[in-house]
Amino acid sequence: MTTALPDEHFFRRESGRLVATLTRILGVHHLALAEDAVQETLASAVEVWAFRGVPDNASAWLMTAARNRAISLLRRERTARRFAPEIGRLADAEAEGEGAGAAEPGLPRALQDDELRMMFSCCHPDISEDAQVALVLSLLGGFSAHEVASAFLVTDAAMEKRLSRAKKVLAGSAGLFELAARDFEPRLSAVHRALYLLFNEGYHGASPDAVVRLDLCREALRLVTLLVEHAPAATPATHALAAVLFLHAARLPARMDEAGELTDLARQDRRRWDARLIARGLDLLEASARGDEVSEYHLEAAIAATHALAPSAEETPWAEIVKLYDALLRVRPSPVVALNRAVALAELEGPERGLEALGSLSGAGQLARYPFYPAALGELELRRGRSAVARKHFRDAQRLARNDAERRFLAQRISATRPPEPQGAVPRPGSRAPTDRP
Amino acid sequence: MSEFLFLYRLPADSPDMPDSARRMQERLEKWTAWFKELESKGALRTLGAPLETRGAVVKDGGRTVHDGPYAESKDIVLGYTIVQARDLAAASAVATGCPVLTYGGMVEVRPIRQM
Repeated sequence: MTTALPDEHFFRRESGRLVATLTRILGVHHLALAEDAVQETLASAVEVWAFRGVPDNASAWLMTAARNRAISLLRRERTARRFAPEIGRLADAEAEGEGAGAAEPGLPRALQDDELRMMFSCCHPDISEDAQVALVLSLLGGFSAHEVASAFLVTDAAMEKRLSRAKKVLAGSAGLFELAARDFEPRLSAVHRALYLLFNEGYHGASPDAVVRLDLCREALRLVTLLVEHAPAATPATHALAAVLFLHAARLPARMDEAGELTDLARQDRRRWDARLIARGLDLLEASARGDEVSEYHLEAAIAATHALAPSAEETPWAEIVKLYDALLRVRPSPVVALNRAVALAELEGPERGLEALGSLSGAGQLARYPFYPAALGELELRRGRSAVARKHFRDAQRLARNDAERRFLAQRISATRPPEPQGAVPRPGSRAPTDRP
Repeated sequence: MSEFLFLYRLPADSPDMPDSARRMQERLEKWTAWFKELESKGALRTLGAPLETRGAVVKDGGRTVHDGPYAESKDIVLGYTIVQARDLAAASAVATGCPVLTYGGMVEVRPIRQM
């Protein structure tokens, strides 16, 4: 009878590892063949395991099966003879027991990690940031083009095009990225950026599919953990980025319920925050505090940690948060950061000061299509008792909403503006900090 | 109680392969749950086995051996199970829960002859 099911990451992890390892053995120009071999291997494993259960040594089992599948695909090619060296390398890898965790002599463990090298390869400077993220999801996370497309709210055809263009760049490069390469540092920054975007797409993204979005967040956590565990990549900034992602992920259960309903930071039930993830995030933040580099991720992690440690929205040390946002704005002068700073300032010095800051926000044009800008205006107007103005802002926000969850969230804010509260009424504790941007 | 052979079939020309980690995970979960359910209902006689897609067809009194097994068939048989049920109608009702139906396959239900 069948045994226990593998954990929910199993197929993602195996798919990424198998594609990366086969690509390294075969050479990047055989990327497509490696992908085919892995997909066929995993699909057929599902059929066998349905009857037999998952074997104890599933990873080694899959590596062997994928290698054999790759050999038979190579043989099937019309020019099979040309691929004799590739078939030889696959056979050698088999003989060395590679993939079953055996080490290549003379190389530090990090240099052997094919998944890590694949991650760095996906963040090639000739590939756009959006496409880098899509590529990471496709090659390392086992996401189908359709799933990535639905995460980014583009058509399947557009995503297939984006992916195939990116894969062409990768397949045309010299090989998987060498972690000892001179351009390791800038490439690591690109990897950070891609994982940050990947997580954000899940956390704030436009996809109406809550399951897809949770998958994106989980995949970002899995990959950032991989970075943290491998010496050359485990820089202070990597730890700080991991802290940001874990601390935000801790809020997910309170932020988005199973039906995809959103609750903003101020109104979240903090008992539903994941204490285990918070603890992990705080450990990572502590580990990030070496050397003298203060990256944008350090500052963002410090903000997230301050929220995580506040017993309630009211008891948040807002002066501290504003100070951290000021510092973050200097490193990353983005209008979204400025928006969040203005919201924190309103908590500290009152809604009028917040509205002033929002009004004079540089780069507000970039926020023209961002629903949480008018939503923030609405919250602050509501707090100074101007319900009608607030309602108008919430309506503007609702028009910009990108999915039903956002629309329902804003509808709920609109209904909070009526019945009109008498002027000077004490704002309900619920009508505070409007946004929950990381 | 009678016994029935369940043959799980997929169309050979367009098998719906799971193209993502999520779909693979879901498919395995569905199959595992399906066999568990059969077992808990007391309907599972023999779990059976998955079958390789490649094989051979021997015919013409043994003079001809084809690569196959689906040389002349439109379906791939994924595997088989032996199920125990009151009658054909009950066995067919059991088969309606089979995961292969969720991705374009079918279940052939064949009573095993008793005598």
